[in-house]
Amino acid sequence: MKITALLASAAMALGLASAAVADDKTKVGFVYVGPVGDGGWTYEHDQGRLAVEEAFGDKVETVYVESVAEGPDSERVMTQMALEGADLIFTTSFGYMDPTINVAKKFPNVKFEHATGYKRADNVSTYSARFYEGRAVQGTIAGHMTKSNVIGYIGSFPIPEVIRGINAAYIHAKKVNPDVEFKIVWAFTWFDPAKEADAAKVLIEQGADVILQHTDSTAPQAAAQAAGNVVTFGQASDMAEYGPFPRVSSIIDNWAPYYIARTKAVMDGTWTSVDTWDGIAPGMVGIGEISDAVPAEVKAEALALKEAIASGEYHPFTGPLKKQDGSDWLAAGAVADDGTLAGMNFFVEGLTGDIPQ
Amino acid sequence: MVRLEKRAEPSRAWSMATPVVAVLATMIAGGLLFAALGKDPVEAIRTIFWEPLFGEFSFYYRPQLVVKGAPLVLIAIGLSLGFKAGIWNIGAEGQYIIGALTGAGVGLAFYPMESVVIFPLMVLAGALGGWAWAMIPAVLKTRFGTNEILVSLMLVYVAEQLLASMSLGLLKNPEGYGFPGSRNLQQYASAHNGDLIAGSGLHWGAAAALIAVIFAYVLLNRHMTGFHIRLTGDAPRAARFAGVSPTRLVLFCMGVSGALAGLAGLFEVSGPAGVVSIDFNVGYGFTAIIVAFLGRLHPVGILLAGALMALTYIGGDIAQSNLGLPSAAIQVFQGMLLFFLLAFDVLTNFRIRLGASEVA
Amino acid sequence: MDLSAINPVQLIAFLMVAATPVLLAAIGELVVEKSGVLNLGVEGMMITGAIAGFAATVESGSPAVGFVAAAFAGALLSCLFVVLTQFALANQVASGLALTLFGLGLSALMGQTYVGVKPPATGKVDIPVLSDLPVVGPILFNHDLMVYFGIALVAATWAVLKYTRAGLILRAVGENHDAAHALGYKVVRIRILAILFGGACAGLGGAYISLIRVPQWTEGMTAGVGWIALALVVFASWKPWRALLGAYLFGGVTVVQLNLQAAGVAIPVEYLAMSPYLITIVVLVILSADKSSAPAALGRIFHASR
Repeated sequence: MKITALLASAAMALGLASAAVADDKTKVGFVYVGPVGDGGWTYEHDQGRLAVEEAFGDKVETVYVESVAEGPDSERVMTQMALEGADLIFTTSFGYMDPTINVAKKFPNVKFEHATGYKRADNVSTYSARFYEGRAVQGTIAGHMTKSNVIGYIGSFPIPEVIRGINAAYIHAKKVNPDVEFKIVWAFTWFDPAKEADAAKVLIEQGADVILQHTDSTAPQAAAQAAGNVVTFGQASDMAEYGPFPRVSSIIDNWAPYYIARTKAVMDGTWTSVDTWDGIAPGMVGIGEISDAVPAEVKAEALALKEAIASGEYHPFTGPLKKQDGSDWLAAGAVADDGTLAGMNFFVEGLTGDIPQ
Repeated sequence: MVRLEKRAEPSRAWSMATPVVAVLATMIAGGLLFAALGKDPVEAIRTIFWEPLFGEFSFYYRPQLVVKGAPLVLIAIGLSLGFKAGIWNIGAEGQYIIGALTGAGVGLAFYPMESVVIFPLMVLAGALGGWAWAMIPAVLKTRFGTNEILVSLMLVYVAEQLLASMSLGLLKNPEGYGFPGSRNLQQYASAHNGDLIAGSGLHWGAAAALIAVIFAYVLLNRHMTGFHIRLTGDAPRAARFAGVSPTRLVLFCMGVSGALAGLAGLFEVSGPAGVVSIDFNVGYGFTAIIVAFLGRLHPVGILLAGALMALTYIGGDIAQSNLGLPSAAIQVFQGMLLFFLLAFDVLTNFRIRLGASEVA
Repeated sequence: MDLSAINPVQLIAFLMVAATPVLLAAIGELVVEKSGVLNLGVEGMMITGAIAGFAATVESGSPAVGFVAAAFAGALLSCLFVVLTQFALANQVASGLALTLFGLGLSALMGQTYVGVKPPATGKVDIPVLSDLPVVGPILFNHDLMVYFGIALVAATWAVLKYTRAGLILRAVGENHDAAHALGYKVVRIRILAILFGGACAGLGGAYISLIRVPQWTEGMTAGVGWIALALVVFASWKPWRALLGAYLFGGVTVVQLNLQAAGVAIPVEYLAMSPYLITIVVLVILSADKSSAPAALGRIFHASR
């Protein structure tokens, strides 16, 4: 017998078995790319897992494996969870995309949820957060707060997610402060707190008095605090311990509502494959408390923008907008389509420097 | 006082028994650790060692052992030749990355043409890539006397940056909506390194690992080069008198280890991994160093050590998921296993004597 | 491009801070290797020091207690290496690698409750008049205590190795343990002390990262600094002052590449990111003209037959 057939039948058998046993207990698996203790990306996903446990108590059993390398290791871990009777598996890194699809083919009765990817199947949903909505709010505050008109931005790798964030922040900073200039440093690592600290210090030395970061450690916050007059924003988690200054606000990854809703859907038998890209409105992107270090009118403006985005009345990428090379992108009043946003690989007009290719 | 006395001959009995004793000691110490973390120690140990081999789903895990162990063995065999001769290639991780890049690059250049020559060309390119990357420290060492440990280690970081650059640029999937990462070679028949027997986990990389084990065994025991390697390691001056050229030996050992690491990278990227991505490398090059030493630099030993490491990885992931053990606990457990394996090996070469003696 | 934005004085002051963790670890390892032992477990000892120092500082509120705890933890972990290599006579390369694996796991276990905690700040030594001097003020007189400690340690190590009897014995053990043994020196005992010293230094280096440089605790936060420290020792040809130079050079190249990026210099970023490693290789080739080589007994197993 072919292994796929074997696996499928094993899965079927388990599916039947668990249907009998697990009427009262839904098993949810989580595959993490980093350690739970990274204090950032994986930490927030794990908070989501804990929220699921909290919400459903005895009705749910959650399992997780942390620091799973993308590639064959992740495929093995997912298969293992499916074999052990998981009903729903969240795979929380872009690099898990093809492995998720591969495993999902073998286990048609298990539901999969892949974060930040673009490949779906009947039993594979995708979900991601519109962090750029938060970046727009951040950019508005940053544009007002900067006195030197230089804003530093620490990027990890030049991928669409990061580029989108830079564009959104720049457009809105520019809107409130036409003289603003962005200095961008690419760390070329997902995780190296010491390098993030270096990058922040370099940006501060070169005149930046606002630091935006697309990396998850608090190193830039500490650097800003040491400098004394530099504004920062929390990333991934609230980083409230650095408030009210230098951290004046934050973008929080809040996966809990989505995880609870999807687990509920599996319990109710209403789960279907969907493509979710949620922003501020459903709470997937949280804007951390804007501290009193921000002038009241700026705070009001930022909150108004947040409301406008949440209500759907304003889209952060609304024309007229041009690309960096001066070519037209969006006509006046037009909004960017999700396809372009998802694969964004260009800067908007006014940003300097090239995107590393 | 406890005293060590060197045996005239390494004890055969102990060399067989020490790994078993070490594993038992690890089970006890690891069990204590798991108990301290509030988990059932017996269940945890059983999950790690028994579940992948004989558990309910072993039909799936056994092939995975091959997938996980093959690159480790392939790389470790190459490294062991150099280690025996006192040539320290620490940068196999970099050679692994470059092999994957050159191999995948050749494959992707032909996309979407289908031909039987593509995969052999990729294999050749992968081996050459790894070889060339290893030649940098080798040539610098023979020309300028630069330390190869350092240069090969530095080149790992350079290779990682190249990998990131390639995944974001040159090798990026043009149909990937701007996301990083190459096309999936699993979906390109001519370039796919699939299972030779479906579901067995036996891909070309595993076959290559087995061939490498045999090749190394024959080389070390039956061939002049192997003799030169052993002689240089044991008595460098004698080797020089015997007419061994250190330059050629460095080039040979670094070249072979680089080529094998490059092959491992190619087989991984074209098979189990499928894509060139920023995080393609997962530390096989470094783990292989441990595997080489655990296997006492002996080809058969390396094969067994590779299998043992693969077992703890796979069993460890199962224990994480089923018992909620943090991955850190598994790491500590692996560390313990290595400690005990290394520590008990003393019994192979030494006898423990009780009695008064001065401490050296 | 705006190179004028780069302030060389700030840059130097800053690279001194950036180089301190790697310098501390490298000096410790230098002494270990001088005694003829190769301990590849630096990364593991650093990360253990990082969490031990962090935890102790958070619990006690005093960074000084934290640094002492870090040194102690690093030394304690190195005891495992002592048992393996000095008593069980195991291979040093493999033992060191195992130590790193163990240390990474252990630190993560210890640190589970410290994620997201902010440690008390470590004060700077602010010498009133001197620190306000132009140029030399920021470079020389406006750092935290550990930066000075690192430099002092380099000086002390150099002096001890070069001028004292203890240093002479240490070097003798590292060059030829059989001869040293024949002369009546306690080879194993001296090596154990050297390894413990190395562990303590690595622990301090780790704590510098978690307490001052970043400051926070996250798993695996040393991110390879221990390996760079190992590289530095060889780079320095086992000479303390050259280790200092190497640490500044390496830190400097990293800082300069970030500066160039921020200034918008149009060199592809990935090649800038590679540059510290490539430059290290180039410098190595240049320095290889210097034939002063490794301690002769480095990595060799010592067993007194009598």
